[in-house]
Amino acid sequence: MNSVLAVEDLTVTVRDKTLVQDVSLTVDPGERVGLIGESGSGKSLTALSVMGLLPEDVHASGSVRLAGVDHDLIGADERRLSRVRGRQLAIVFQEPMTALNPTMRVGDQVAEAMLIHDTVPGRRAARAAAIELLGRVQLPDVLRAYPHQLSGGQRQRVVLALALANDPSLLICDEPTTALDVTVQAMVLDLIVRGVTDRSSALLFITHDLAVVATVCQRVLVMYGGRIVESGPVNEVFTSPRHRYTQGLIAASDLESADRRLPTIPGNVPAAGQFPNGCVFRTRCAHATEICATAPPWSGTASRGFACHHPAPALEPADA
Amino acid sequence: MPDPTANHRPSDLSVADPAIRVVDVVRDYPRPRTSLLRPAPVVRALRGVSLEVQAGERFGIVGESGCGKSTLLRIIAALDRVTSGQVVVEGTDITHLPERRLRFLRENLQLVFQDPMSSLDPRMRVRDIIAEPLVVQGHPASGERVRELLEAVGLSADAGDRYPHQFSGGQRQRISIARALAPRPRILIADEPVSALDVSVRAQVLNLISDLVDELNLTLIFVSHDLSVIKHVCDRVAVMNAGEIVETGPTGDVYAAPAHPYTRRLVSSIPTLPRALAGATTADLLSGTPSDPPKGALA
Repeated sequence: MNSVLAVEDLTVTVRDKTLVQDVSLTVDPGERVGLIGESGSGKSLTALSVMGLLPEDVHASGSVRLAGVDHDLIGADERRLSRVRGRQLAIVFQEPMTALNPTMRVGDQVAEAMLIHDTVPGRRAARAAAIELLGRVQLPDVLRAYPHQLSGGQRQRVVLALALANDPSLLICDEPTTALDVTVQAMVLDLIVRGVTDRSSALLFITHDLAVVATVCQRVLVMYGGRIVESGPVNEVFTSPRHRYTQGLIAASDLESADRRLPTIPGNVPAAGQFPNGCVFRTRCAHATEICATAPPWSGTASRGFACHHPAPALEPADA
Repeated sequence: MPDPTANHRPSDLSVADPAIRVVDVVRDYPRPRTSLLRPAPVVRALRGVSLEVQAGERFGIVGESGCGKSTLLRIIAALDRVTSGQVVVEGTDITHLPERRLRFLRENLQLVFQDPMSSLDPRMRVRDIIAEPLVVQGHPASGERVRELLEAVGLSADAGDRYPHQFSGGQRQRISIARALAPRPRILIADEPVSALDVSVRAQVLNLISDLVDELNLTLIFVSHDLSVIKHVCDRVAVMNAGEIVETGPTGDVYAAPAHPYTRRLVSSIPTLPRALAGATTADLLSGTPSDPPKGALA
C-alpha cells in the first residue's frame, strides 16, 4: 500500500439511517483530489470519518488507513487519534472562527500545534517557526493578534498555517473558501496549493463548487446521496461526464453559455436517509428505468469510473 | 385622496422616466464615540453613488462584502435614509418622503433576500406568508391569488398549508419570490437570492426569476457577489467597491473587457470551468488579468 490515504467501504450511519454507503477512495502522495457534491451528499461526513471527528451518535464502519500510521483510524481511541490529528493529518474547516481559540493569540496557537506534537525542540523554536509559517501565508504582523481582530480571509490563512505547521502527509479542506469573497478566495486557494506543493503533502479538497475543484485538483470524486457516483481525472470528468448526475451538475453550473435558460436537474436533493434504494439518483434522472432499482455496479477502474446503468456516451461535450 | 404621490401613477409616467434614479447618494453611519476629545468616527458606506435603471431592464450590482451594495438596496427600497443625495423611483422623489406616503413604493417594489429561512416567519403557514403583503396593503387576500402565485413559482397548491421548515432551501426561495410577487410589483429587487443554494437548485431559481421577469415585465435589480451569476441574468451591471460604483456597462462587455483595475481583479479571481480546463491554476486567479491570454500575461 503506497497511497497516503486509503478509505475502504466506509459506511456512516445514524440510528437507522445510512448517510454514507460503501465509499472507497485513495489519495496518492502529493496528489490533489477533489470531492464534490451538493449539501446532504455525505462529503463532509466522509471527511469527519477520516478525521475521527464524527458526532457521538453517528457511527462509521469500514477501514481508513493513513500512511505512517500502523492502525486503522476507524475505531481507534481518542488517545491514538489525537496523536495523528494535526501531525500526519490536518483539516481546514469552512468557518475559521470556530476553528480558532478566541482567547489565545494566533501566534501562540500556531506554536502550540508544533509543541503538542514535539516537532520543534522548544518554545523559542516554536515561536520562530510560527512567525515563518504566518509569513508564508502572507500574515507577517499578526503574531500577537486575537482571532476576532482579523478578517475572515486572514483567519482562514491562520487556520491554514496551523494545519500545515507539522508538514502533514494529508491536508483535508472542507469548503475552506465558501464564506470568502472571490478575490480573497483566489488568494487562499493559491496559498493552499502552494502549501501542499511545497511540502509534497496530499490534498483532499471538499467543495460544492465545480470550478474551484477544476482549478485546484488533479482528480475528482463526485458524491451524491452518500455514494461516490463517478471519479476520474478533472479534465476527463468535466469534459466527458459519464454519470447522469455529474452530467446534470456540470450543465446546471455552466453560466458561461450565452443561453438565458439553464439546464436544470429536476426536483430537490432528498433529505438525509431519504434517498431511493438502487441508484440514488434515479428519482431525479431522466434516463431512469426499472433496472435502476438495483444498485448499479462500478464500471471502469478505481481511478476512472462511474456507477450508472445508463451512462452518458463517452467523449460527449460537457454542455450537451 | 390628497396624496401627492398619486400624481405619479403609471398612467402619468413619461416614457423617458427611468424606473430608478439614484443621484450622488452618500450614506454615513456614525459609530459610537471612542474618545471625549475627538468626534465620533464615521463609516462611509456609500460615497456618492449615482445610477439609473430603465423600466424593464435587468440591472446587476456586483461587489464584495462590505462594499455597500446592501446599503444601496436598502436606500432604494426606502428601508434606510440617505445622508445626502436623491433617490427617485418611477418619477417620485422618495428621498425624504415619510413612511405613510411610501405606500406606492411598498406595492410597486418588492424584495427577495438571500437567506430564505430568516426572511420567512417560521410560525406562519406558507399561504399566510404569501398573502401577507396583500393583507398589509389592505387588499382582500383571496385563496385564488395565493394558489395562482404558488403555481407561478412551481409549488403545488397544498404547499400553502405547510410551514417554511418543511421545505428545502430552493423551495423556500420560491416561497419568498411568490410573496414578493403578491402585490403585483413592477420592480423586483433580489439580494443574493441564490448564494445559499446548491448548484442544481440554483439553476432552477435563476430560471424562475428570469421567466417571471419576462412574463410580468418586471424591472429587476439583482445583487450578487458572483459576477458570473450576474452575467447570466442581467443586461447591465454596476461594479461596486468601497462605497463607490467603479464601473458600469453592459454585462458582457464588463465581463469580457473590464476597464477598472478592481473589476479586472474581480473578473480574474472567479474560477470557471472553461478556464480551469484550459489549464488555469490558482496563481492565474491572482494574476489580476482575465485569463483569455491564459498564461504569462501578468499585468
